[in-house]
Amino acid sequence: MGFSKTTGAILSGATAIGLSLSAAAKAETELTMYYPIAVGGALTEVVDGIVADFEVANPDIKVNAIYSGNYDDTRVRALSALNSGEPAQLAVMFSIDAYDLIEQDIIVPFDDVVTSDADKAWLNGFYPALMANGQIEGKTWGIPFQRSTIVAYYNKDMFRDAGLDPEKAPTTWDEMISMGKALTKGDTYGIMIPSTGYPYWMFQALAIQNGKELMAGDGLTTYFDDPKVVETLEFWQSLSTEHDIMPTGTVEWGTLRQAFLEGQTAMMWHSTGNLTAVKKNASFDFGVAMLPGNERLGSPTGGGNFYLFKDTTDEEKEAAMKLIQFMTSPEQAAAWSIATGYMGVSPAAYETEALKSYTAEFPPALVARNQLEHAVAEFSTFETARVRDGLNNAIQSALTGAKSAQDALSEAQASAKRLLAAYQ
Amino acid sequence: MSKHANLERRRQAIYGWLLLTPAAILLSTFAFYPSLATLFSSLFSRGTRRNPAEFVGGENYSDLFADPTFWLVVKNNLFYAGITIPVSIFIALAMALWANSKISARGFVRTAYFTPTVLPMIAAANLWLFFYTPGLGVLDQIGALFGLPSVNWLGQPETALWAIIIVTIWKEAGFFMIFYLAALQTIPADLKEAADIEGASRWTYTRRIVLPLLMPTTLFIMVNAMINSVKLIDHLFILTKGGPSDASKLILYYIWEMAFAFFDAPHAAAMTIMVLLVLGIVAAIQFFYIDKRTHYQ
Amino acid sequence: MSRLTPYLDSFGAILLAVIWIAPLLFAFWAAFHSTSDAVNFTLLSPWTLDNFRTAWEGAPWLQYFLNTFLLVTVVLIGQFILTTLAGFAFAQVKFPGRDVVFILVLLQLFILPEVLIVENYAMISRLGLFDTIVGVGMPYMASAFGIFLMRQAFKSVPIELHEAARIEGCSWFGILIRVYVPLAKPTYLAYALVSVSTHWNNFLWPLIVTNSPDTRPLTVGLSIFGAPENGVDISVISAATLMSIAPLLIAFLVFQRQFVQAFLRAGIK
Repeated sequence: MGFSKTTGAILSGATAIGLSLSAAAKAETELTMYYPIAVGGALTEVVDGIVADFEVANPDIKVNAIYSGNYDDTRVRALSALNSGEPAQLAVMFSIDAYDLIEQDIIVPFDDVVTSDADKAWLNGFYPALMANGQIEGKTWGIPFQRSTIVAYYNKDMFRDAGLDPEKAPTTWDEMISMGKALTKGDTYGIMIPSTGYPYWMFQALAIQNGKELMAGDGLTTYFDDPKVVETLEFWQSLSTEHDIMPTGTVEWGTLRQAFLEGQTAMMWHSTGNLTAVKKNASFDFGVAMLPGNERLGSPTGGGNFYLFKDTTDEEKEAAMKLIQFMTSPEQAAAWSIATGYMGVSPAAYETEALKSYTAEFPPALVARNQLEHAVAEFSTFETARVRDGLNNAIQSALTGAKSAQDALSEAQASAKRLLAAYQ
Repeated sequence: MSKHANLERRRQAIYGWLLLTPAAILLSTFAFYPSLATLFSSLFSRGTRRNPAEFVGGENYSDLFADPTFWLVVKNNLFYAGITIPVSIFIALAMALWANSKISARGFVRTAYFTPTVLPMIAAANLWLFFYTPGLGVLDQIGALFGLPSVNWLGQPETALWAIIIVTIWKEAGFFMIFYLAALQTIPADLKEAADIEGASRWTYTRRIVLPLLMPTTLFIMVNAMINSVKLIDHLFILTKGGPSDASKLILYYIWEMAFAFFDAPHAAAMTIMVLLVLGIVAAIQFFYIDKRTHYQ
Repeated sequence: MSRLTPYLDSFGAILLAVIWIAPLLFAFWAAFHSTSDAVNFTLLSPWTLDNFRTAWEGAPWLQYFLNTFLLVTVVLIGQFILTTLAGFAFAQVKFPGRDVVFILVLLQLFILPEVLIVENYAMISRLGLFDTIVGVGMPYMASAFGIFLMRQAFKSVPIELHEAARIEGCSWFGILIRVYVPLAKPTYLAYALVSVSTHWNNFLWPLIVTNSPDTRPLTVGLSIFGAPENGVDISVISAATLMSIAPLLIAFLVFQRQFVQAFLRAGIK
């Protein structure tokens, strides 16, 4: 970091003393956890509820769960706190921040704290696809918590009105276009794919479906200017320029759910984390489907993982592990999934009574999970925020018509190369 | 006697410095020292696990000069300043002339003009969000009445910066109006009478007498507006976050992003130094040019 | 033509005024209507307080209000003390180096705290004041602007009063407190209004140095609450916005004349 190392050391030393003093005085361990919320709904209450349950079960541990905005905000908040010597033992942050967190040397791999056989079994209990982003250099740095894939929400009433089968969402790009055309009329668009907030995420889904990954597994190589990738962006552009089934310009991530609920679009692609909010507020019959494919089906995983910060005492690490294990236990994962729409992070979660009966009554809650077999790790590299920013800009300039897909992606590739050169 | 005066002088010196100490400490801690520290850290590379920080001289600066985003941001900021400064000054002047003339509902008019000034920029941005949102927003609804298509004001590179500029002007103009209003009230009434007797038209009176008399105020406002064109970026956090594709990103926002989102403090420091240089030039203009006219007492 | 001019003037002035408060009026309207009524402009739709209820429950506003209140108070107290002492030194005490130091102080008018966020953040962290209200307020306490303002106010105090107090045996400090401070009351009031409204509205710096609901001022709380990811709709955002500006806005409408005078006094000269 740019801030003085010695100061950091002095401060962390001071903090450690301060903490051990207060720990001795209170005989309890205090944890500070930062967490984000990236989709709609009063999810802070849900998190507060889980934390309260945890504190009841573990009276010797006190947890300060601090909601701190979206994923980017949360990374900023947690790292500012660490840099200022404020205590923070764990955080839920973007699953794709792992490379940078490792590079800044502020997190520890879970392999170091997971020692007992039971713990190891726990670590192996998650869906492998959800572990992918957190496994780097042979170690596990992130534990899945609020994890998602992109799913397609569609308005069944509009499908009926357009003479389409309401039980059949498009499964290929071609179907998506033809159905989209049938659904577009007046003030209603056929489909909206959000292009602010997390445009690279949607783009990655399209690229996978088109048979090409955006990055290699080493965090050092990107393929933005690959012909297949350029073709993907041109396809996205064509939805509005050629086929007129999506608005021109960018589609707002944050207000898309409301637009869907207001009937401005017949289909939307969004995080499965929106599912419960859509279910609660939809005044019409809606369906949820896997994303359509072109060469293959596919969606990146997404969302937040637990990370454990380096600068913590053994007691704190132990307490933090208890908290993480509690929050990812099958029962809690099931409750969390029902409350939000995020996935249950382990197969065991889907074996709980609660989630079994919920998904029996509301099958859309299974779509994201079922899509996991087609899912790939979310886009992530070293210097990920800036590389991603370049890709986001390229996507947005192509969609707004400011640049051609080829030019925009070549520029993004060039700047990614420049940024990653330092890590080669 | 002279001994007494000497003692008195020394006493005054001690008092003076004692009185200044608290302010001097804080000013040094939060203005002078940080400026030097920024300069210092702009000369070092960022330390990571692989590459510890080292002295790199002007490399951070040359990185920035090679970074197209930096130039885009500079261009955006110049455009932002180039539009907001003259337009808000012009509107402020019109407001002041109206608020100072005998019109109906003058109290309401004054209040309406000034109200945005007391609102936080964040709140102002929230209010304007309701105007700009495509499809649902007020502007689009008004446009729809005239059969215009829906426009994504904040989501298009061509309009995003304009949307930001309008909010800034809205926020600033009423504030600047106050200064004009005060200046207008110091213009003696007999000047107007004399102009009337001469048969000068209202326009001539305004142009030949009022505007020249308002010149010092205009310069004062201009310096303020220049500072604001660096400082006023809060609404970016709500409205565009600098997007789409950096089309509305301003320099201070980029500094914030560089330092706190990308954790690249050295490049942020290099940009900060450049901004300080520009502000230094503005300060010099203020001290050596404007102060000759509107002198501090 | 000339007879029409006053009407044209009134028309133009009022039109501009209406445009100028339109955003506030729309927000007001949206805050009291359900989202779909608000965005569809259903003019006769029923009024509701639901948005305020939702907004109020969505974030610890009471805490935010308290934080903002504490923040502006701490800043103001700090500013009063520091600028009074320094302003007095510059106005009435003769000491070597005074003019040079004064220029240095004026220089700070241009070294905006906003620009030095990175180093100031490091400094606040070093002092252990990160995520504290004092930490948010501290960089603003030695305000060059305030020092300048106080210097002007103290300079205009007649020297006879100073001499009279001295002959009565008042100490320097006594003279400052008994003679200068009371006479500068209007300046204090003006400065207080400007300072309070500035810091009530400040955003970027508090965003950086606060990290928890316990210290977050209203502006930062509002920005997090209104973040698109939070999925709150426009009516609720409008309600939250109105709620957070209400105290200052009401104070402004009630004490409008003083506000305007304050800004004038603070800005002119």
